[in-house]
Amino acid sequence: MFYREAGQFKTTYQADQAVFPILQDRVGLALILIGAFVLIPLVASDFFLSVVMIPLLILALASIGLNILTGYTGLLSLGTGGFMGVGAFACYKLTTLFPGVNIVIWILVSGFFSTALGILFGLPSLRIKGFYLTVATLAAQFFLDWSFIRIQWLTNYNTSGAIEVPTRTLFSFPVTGPNATPQFRYLVILAVVTLLTWFASNLVHGRIGRMWMAVRDMDLAAELIGIPLYRTKLLAFAISSYYCGVAGALMVFFWYGSAEPGVFNIDQSFTILFMVIIGGLGSLTGSFFGAALIYGLPIMMKAVLHGLGINILPATVEHLTFMTVGALIVLVLIVEPLGLARLWQITKQKLRVWPFPY
Amino acid sequence: MRVKSSILGMALLATAATMGAPVPAAAQDSNYVPLFTYRTGPFSGSGIYIAEGMHDYLEMLNQRDGGIGGVKIAIEECETGYDTKKGLECYEAVKGKKPVVVNPWSTGITLPLIPRAAVDKVPVLSMAYGLSASAIGDTFPWIFNPPATYWDGMSMILSYIGTKEGGLDKLKGKTLGFIYLDAGYGKEPIPLLEQLAKDYGFTLKLYPVPATEMQNQSSQWLNVRRDKPDHMVMYGWGAMQPTAVKEAAKVNYPMDKFISIWWINEDDVGSAGPASKGLKSLNFHAVGDNFPAVQDIKKYVTDKNLTQTDKSHLGKVLYNRGVYNSMLIAEGIRNAQKLTGKKVITGEDMRRGLETLNVSEARLKEIGLAGFSGPVKLSCADHNGHFSTFMQEWDGTKWAKVSGDIKPMADKVSPLLTAAAKDYIDKNGNWPKRTEACDKAS
Repeated sequence: MFYREAGQFKTTYQADQAVFPILQDRVGLALILIGAFVLIPLVASDFFLSVVMIPLLILALASIGLNILTGYTGLLSLGTGGFMGVGAFACYKLTTLFPGVNIVIWILVSGFFSTALGILFGLPSLRIKGFYLTVATLAAQFFLDWSFIRIQWLTNYNTSGAIEVPTRTLFSFPVTGPNATPQFRYLVILAVVTLLTWFASNLVHGRIGRMWMAVRDMDLAAELIGIPLYRTKLLAFAISSYYCGVAGALMVFFWYGSAEPGVFNIDQSFTILFMVIIGGLGSLTGSFFGAALIYGLPIMMKAVLHGLGINILPATVEHLTFMTVGALIVLVLIVEPLGLARLWQITKQKLRVWPFPY
Repeated sequence: MRVKSSILGMALLATAATMGAPVPAAAQDSNYVPLFTYRTGPFSGSGIYIAEGMHDYLEMLNQRDGGIGGVKIAIEECETGYDTKKGLECYEAVKGKKPVVVNPWSTGITLPLIPRAAVDKVPVLSMAYGLSASAIGDTFPWIFNPPATYWDGMSMILSYIGTKEGGLDKLKGKTLGFIYLDAGYGKEPIPLLEQLAKDYGFTLKLYPVPATEMQNQSSQWLNVRRDKPDHMVMYGWGAMQPTAVKEAAKVNYPMDKFISIWWINEDDVGSAGPASKGLKSLNFHAVGDNFPAVQDIKKYVTDKNLTQTDKSHLGKVLYNRGVYNSMLIAEGIRNAQKLTGKKVITGEDMRRGLETLNVSEARLKEIGLAGFSGPVKLSCADHNGHFSTFMQEWDGTKWAKVSGDIKPMADKVSPLLTAAAKDYIDKNGNWPKRTEACDKAS
């Protein structure tokens, strides 16, 4: 009734090809952005900001990165954790070498180091496909993991082998380190994530995105219609790694505050991959949904159980959340194998004809 | 469709619940002590014992004495699964409830808390783990890591080997093998070992075990068989320890020459069966339940089913480690109460209490832990104490103490410590200077 485009006439091709052709979608997006930028920092507690929102945005950004590679280009990668680590360690090295430069600039620059390594490990992608490529990215993960532990130069020869985030300021307010308020950290992350999501959205809806999807759907056909396979695949690796790198740098600088190399192990890669699969392959919205389900759900379950006043031991809660999240993932995949993004799409379609579906 | 919409509905509801969920405030008439535990996950084999010991001792004080100084201890466990993410989540969850102290129980969780402690005014008690340099109280006024650092541990193992050989100078020409978890924790003693190898003229062989390969150490032990080190030292954790013991038995390495740092427990050694007899481990508190305080835990807590603890766990090495950790917390609270005259203390008070902590032999006897551990006395400058430990040997069924007190080599360790603390400050740029006043020991 409310969600339909009746009466919205498109008079230009540009308007017809817009990412959000329906007015209600644009209004909805604006509302979400206003909510995220204004409402949440004003009303949400410190706990909600630093435990739910900040991690969620960062993990969603990493999911977008992997989604570009796996969802849009169809190249399955298990090196996400490693690429995130490259971003984090690069940012650490840069900010300790040049402490005068603004940290947000270094966060954005550190992604390029990931890009370089992403391209390097993406090189075999023309010759090998499918599971074999997955194994090649697995090699990247193990190699990078190994480097973080072994190359002490990366941690500035820290005795505990970890990187510790120094305090940095933005507009003379501390934005990293112990004195940074969760509100400020959240806003900076939100700005970075919004900017990069907007960029990714333009990429995947444009020429490059179509090239990626053509390669994903059938690389031979794509090559025949004149898409340079090698360059397209490498570009996907490069941009995907860039996003992962920025996410990794954000993770250490704005969320953890310090990191042992073990943070970027294979488990991290799998977590992000699950987020992409559950959220929906080839969907940017899905990346946010996936991160919310995999990361947010256990926290929400704990809060709900706590809020209900049920007195059970924390270890039992942990077991319960493990089981429930596992069951939910299986359920979601059975009910909607295309992920939460597809579910969202169906809901929107149903809404369009509601309340008279005939 | 109905299923789908109900999933969506549930998600929305849960989001609303999380946003609105109020942080339950701790009661005003109690001291809130959150315990970060890991009863789940890959390290729960050790974590369960520690969690039980920590919880039961504090619960016993609540049941027997009505808390400390007439004020109950509000105990709350938070499950970390030894995972840094969840540990930080726990910290954010408990921060608002004004905890008097936090025990991260993982080096990965301790590190991010170190800079936050001074800002949030919550002292961190990282008992014999975490950042070794945080022993320097002038630099890290909010962090406490008694009773010994990993460097102290290594120097004590070395001096024990020295006494076995008949003097440290007898180490000349010998070979020492060091098998360690290839992470910050395991690598930490290497600079000290290299220094000592130079000073005493022994050869050092390193056998790193990557964290992902903890259960596959055959190549390392093949090298051990080839190199035939005269002594083996292990800094292991989790699944690495039982695997190492089994592999050592497989290559017939003499167990009495195999020494571990203090984290190995009965299950780890027992995994190799009778072959592991003779293995040694450093420890700083007694094992067994033959102490009035532990008996009180039995009487007031486990027998009344006020805990999940399996009764057979009482007195095991890591259970007692948990008890030791809680004893430090309890004594810290008591000391803070004495110092401030307040019953309900804050994190700031607790920091002062821990800094002037003085658990003497007499005091240990008073709390029913005579002979359980050595006395613990901290100061503003020294948040660690660098106390003596002793060597225990596995006799096939239990640990038996086989040495007197072994002192750490302060002359070798303290330069490293000072250098590490200075290094930490340098890297962190504007690390705050200590502004907290130093109390006189009460």
